[in-house]
Amino acid sequence: MALVKLYVRSPSAVIGLLLLLAVLAMAATAGWLYPKDPLALAGRPLVWPFSNPRFLLGTDNSGRDIAAQIFHGARISLLIGVVATVISIMIGITIGAFAGYYGGWVDTALMRVTEAFQTLPNFLLLLVLVAVFGSTITTVTVAIGIVSWPASARLTRAEFLSLRNREFVQAGRTLGLKDAKLIFGEILPNALPPVVVYASVVMAVAILLESALAFLKLSDPNVASWGNLIGAGRDVLRVQWYVSAIPGIAILVTVLAVSLVGQGLNDALNPRLKGR
Amino acid sequence: MRVLVLAGRRLAASIPTLVLILIGVFLLLQFAPGDTVDAMMAQMGGGDAATARELRRFYGLDLSVWAQLGNYLWRLVRFDLGFSAIYGKPVATVIAERLPATILLMTASLSLAFFFGLILGVVAARGVNRWPDTLISTLGLVFYAMPTFWFGLMAIVVFAIYLQWLPAGGFEDITIAHAGLSRVLDIAQHLVLPTLTLGLFYMAIYLRIMRGSMLEVLNLDFVRTARAKGMDETRVVVRHVLRNALLPMVTLIGLQAGTMLGGSVVVESVFSLPGLGRLAYESVVQRDLNTLLGIVFVSALLVIAVNFIVDLLYARLDPRITTGA
Amino acid sequence: MSPILVLDAVSVKLPKGADRSHAMTEVTLSVAANEILCVVGESGSGKSMTANAIMRLLPGGVEIDGGRILFEGRDLAGVSEAQMRRVRGAGIAMIFQEPMTALNPLRSIGDQIGEMFEIHTELSKAEIGARVLALLEEVRIPDPVIAAKAYPHELSGGQRQRAMIAMALALDPKLLIADEPTTALDVTTQAQILELIRDLQKRKGTAVLFITHDFGVVAEIADRVAVMSQGRVVEQGSVSAVLENPQHAYTRQLIAAVPPLKAPPPRALSAEPILSMAHVSKTYRTGGFLGRGQRVTHAVKDVSLVLPRGGTLGIVGESGSGKSTLARCLVRLIDPDSGEIRLNGRDLACLSREEMRAETRHIQMVFQDPFASLNPRRKAGELVAQGLIVHGTPRAQALARAGELFALVGLDPSATDRYPHEFSGGQRQRIGLARALALEPDVLVADEPVSALDVSVQAQVLKLLAELRQRLGLSIVFITHDLRVAAQVCDLVAVMKNGEVVEAGPIGEVFGNPQHAYTRALLASIPGRDFGLKREAATA
Repeated sequence: MALVKLYVRSPSAVIGLLLLLAVLAMAATAGWLYPKDPLALAGRPLVWPFSNPRFLLGTDNSGRDIAAQIFHGARISLLIGVVATVISIMIGITIGAFAGYYGGWVDTALMRVTEAFQTLPNFLLLLVLVAVFGSTITTVTVAIGIVSWPASARLTRAEFLSLRNREFVQAGRTLGLKDAKLIFGEILPNALPPVVVYASVVMAVAILLESALAFLKLSDPNVASWGNLIGAGRDVLRVQWYVSAIPGIAILVTVLAVSLVGQGLNDALNPRLKGR
Repeated sequence: MRVLVLAGRRLAASIPTLVLILIGVFLLLQFAPGDTVDAMMAQMGGGDAATARELRRFYGLDLSVWAQLGNYLWRLVRFDLGFSAIYGKPVATVIAERLPATILLMTASLSLAFFFGLILGVVAARGVNRWPDTLISTLGLVFYAMPTFWFGLMAIVVFAIYLQWLPAGGFEDITIAHAGLSRVLDIAQHLVLPTLTLGLFYMAIYLRIMRGSMLEVLNLDFVRTARAKGMDETRVVVRHVLRNALLPMVTLIGLQAGTMLGGSVVVESVFSLPGLGRLAYESVVQRDLNTLLGIVFVSALLVIAVNFIVDLLYARLDPRITTGA
Repeated sequence: MSPILVLDAVSVKLPKGADRSHAMTEVTLSVAANEILCVVGESGSGKSMTANAIMRLLPGGVEIDGGRILFEGRDLAGVSEAQMRRVRGAGIAMIFQEPMTALNPLRSIGDQIGEMFEIHTELSKAEIGARVLALLEEVRIPDPVIAAKAYPHELSGGQRQRAMIAMALALDPKLLIADEPTTALDVTTQAQILELIRDLQKRKGTAVLFITHDFGVVAEIADRVAVMSQGRVVEQGSVSAVLENPQHAYTRQLIAAVPPLKAPPPRALSAEPILSMAHVSKTYRTGGFLGRGQRVTHAVKDVSLVLPRGGTLGIVGESGSGKSTLARCLVRLIDPDSGEIRLNGRDLACLSREEMRAETRHIQMVFQDPFASLNPRRKAGELVAQGLIVHGTPRAQALARAGELFALVGLDPSATDRYPHEFSGGQRQRIGLARALALEPDVLVADEPVSALDVSVQAQVLKLLAELRQRLGLSIVFITHDLRVAAQVCDLVAVMKNGEVVEAGPIGEVFGNPQHAYTRALLASIPGRDFGLKREAATA
């Protein structure tokens, strides 16, 4: 309750939340407002926005309704964002927790792997994964999750390193608690808040990664993704720039919303940095 | 001297990381549908099974996976990255041709991001919660949330198509043969939009980190000591806060070098720059796995090189590194 | 003598939502040249805020809302920020509690001292360099040339504080404000720093406003004393008047809470040992590569001690003496390299992790930090019941027992479903005690259990510990750096230095007739030693 109070104190956090709710509403109403396949031919190609009431945002170069693609695209972006974030945070927490708690050679080995993932440009690895496993929405989502865990692993590890020698953990050990209980029952709940806040960054990046992949025509071509639409609009960029512009704004708004909510959460969890 | 020894030790420690990456990606690529020979056959417009078998033997592709891996690593030790069937050239040559554009783009973007990120972060932190801070932070958030490729496209629409101030793509004007200074200027002109596109995104990240770390440092005890000496605020910031606040930002550069290189794949595609990133994209599309593996190797080397420089920089900034805390 | 600084009914307002409206209420004080005024009080009394208000370095949202701060006759509350900056450092200088964080870690000591001259004078670089060396010489830093080039992390705590003092005295300020300058230091270092401050103050005739929580330090250094509580000065006067004849009830209570230095008469001890350590050692190796350039630290070196059943064994020493490492070896938070730790005859040192988990029933630990030692995300009752649950007691029964334990340690049994942050420091320490006692251990290892507490709370917790020892027949290993506290609670004492026990025996003998030079130095360093002995005579 106190957290909600702290959260709504910041206007930017509230704006972020409203934007996020708007995107969610778009995703929720997409099937109802645009029941037809958004990728099906809907009318004349390259209708400018606001010129035809049937296509509020116009049509793209293949005559598909842009508005329908934007609404359905919200589903895809959020779905990929959330699932990839969950995958990446799970991997990150597990690896970071074990590395930070056990230290020694476990830490060295796990951190070597993390380092390897950070040394290899993540988008390049994403390309390799997609090249190897194909571009279905499932593989793309999992691949994005796999390339974006290292930072959360480092963060979790840092939290564990500082918490594992805290006296309350030592107290747990002197009471006879087992390692698993100490890790998941005592340390993790205390290590979680910064990781949860960081999840918003991961989600923003995941949405951006998928759109970039789709823009390069390497994501699933059978779903209405904003990145796909931008990529399609590129061919008519000289005159009908709106085909690329509109989905870009949708991505911008979504990522902005996620970041603002994350920042709002962060400020609410660490109120001491605010207002100084 | 100690600095070099320490940074050298870190450099040595990155060799296992590099080997790990190569083994991992090599094995990963074994799962790829089709191999180099398939790609070559497709390039040649098909061929019979006997030729394919012959080619596979020639390239050592008929050996076991582990033998192939061993061969590959052994060749790497001799700086032989193999042969690109698609480009008909050694992979090393292909990559060497593409490297300059990427390095130029990276250096320019990183400098832009670091310099303006630093300045804007300081300005925002000095006026925290007042209008300069709000303006800068909002701008930062917007740049951060913008997909880079989209920003690039929109920049092309505005600056290349409507205003016609800058070229829409390419590394240099190939219709006119420039030489000397005019060539440099021509390349610079071509790189303005790509640099902005890639740089502004990272500037947004750096400015946020810088602002946060400035605010953090401003609350530390030694800042109070400095004020108790009778120092004015500007001097407090310049002499005591700035250097301390820079440390997290410098760390971040090292951590993000890889991400930035990844970002150049997209930016180079948008602006048709003949760089490493675009090569990576092309080799994925054309299934040129040898080249892809070579790019992975070279990018990892680049990232390690950036981290080496970052280590040196960090050690210069923080005496605790070299004298042991 | 006319005062240098006069605080005339100064009030400082706190932002809305703080626990009280004012940090300082109508505080009236004065300090004259050549005089040390000690402002003494417990945490939250407003004593540090007084220092910040004089320097006009108040945190955001906190402001002076009444009264005058007269420095050499000029009201600092009214001057411009630019004028105030000329006063800071040159007219009034300040030293702080934690010299490590008060110095910029990235700049050399000489550089930071020299800055004083750069800000306030027109001296050339060479002159500044010479002045810096002279200052470092004056504060008796061993090698001034090296120290000037060193970075803060390369100096010891005491040397850092000397550097801070050198910096503060650079421009011969009329007034020096010292905010708990020795609290973070070991007792022998503290004695040296106190002596240095007094010595420099006498020579230069500086007025000193010395803020402290420690009456021992007051007795050692003060000419006059002001006692603060809840943002008000409740009593002030000469040091002898306040210490020997306190008028205000609060002052009396504070002074009564300071443990006297003399041990109570010895108790009869059982001959049967419950815990015995034999040749316990723990060595740390850091850094180095393949065995070269390695740094070896003997944290605990060949320690042999015996705790008789029902007795209390004190382990005293300064930071880095290995006392905490030894305590952690006893409960196997740290695995000793060699030696035996026999509890009821069973050697804990050679148990497997699994066996040790079962053995924790018999030996429990109380920690130092009342904030860090309780998981903030668990309810207090759960924290106390946790041990019982782990060792097989059904949850409901364990929680009921937690209520009983709350009553045992003097807490309200209905408070078990509150979270740790809802308790005060002293109450939290009681929760920690209840948690340790829940398993009904034979031996309690208490690691600095009262060091983080204010003196009056400290007295209450020590009293509780003594009662419980009597009632439950506990045997205690009591780790502390505070010899006064040790004198009050321990039957036996072992003095540790650099990982070794230099002297051990019954407390009365060790403190009354110390054999080892280090023990003597330690005892001689206790601030206000005469005050402690005098009080003992008065109360006896």
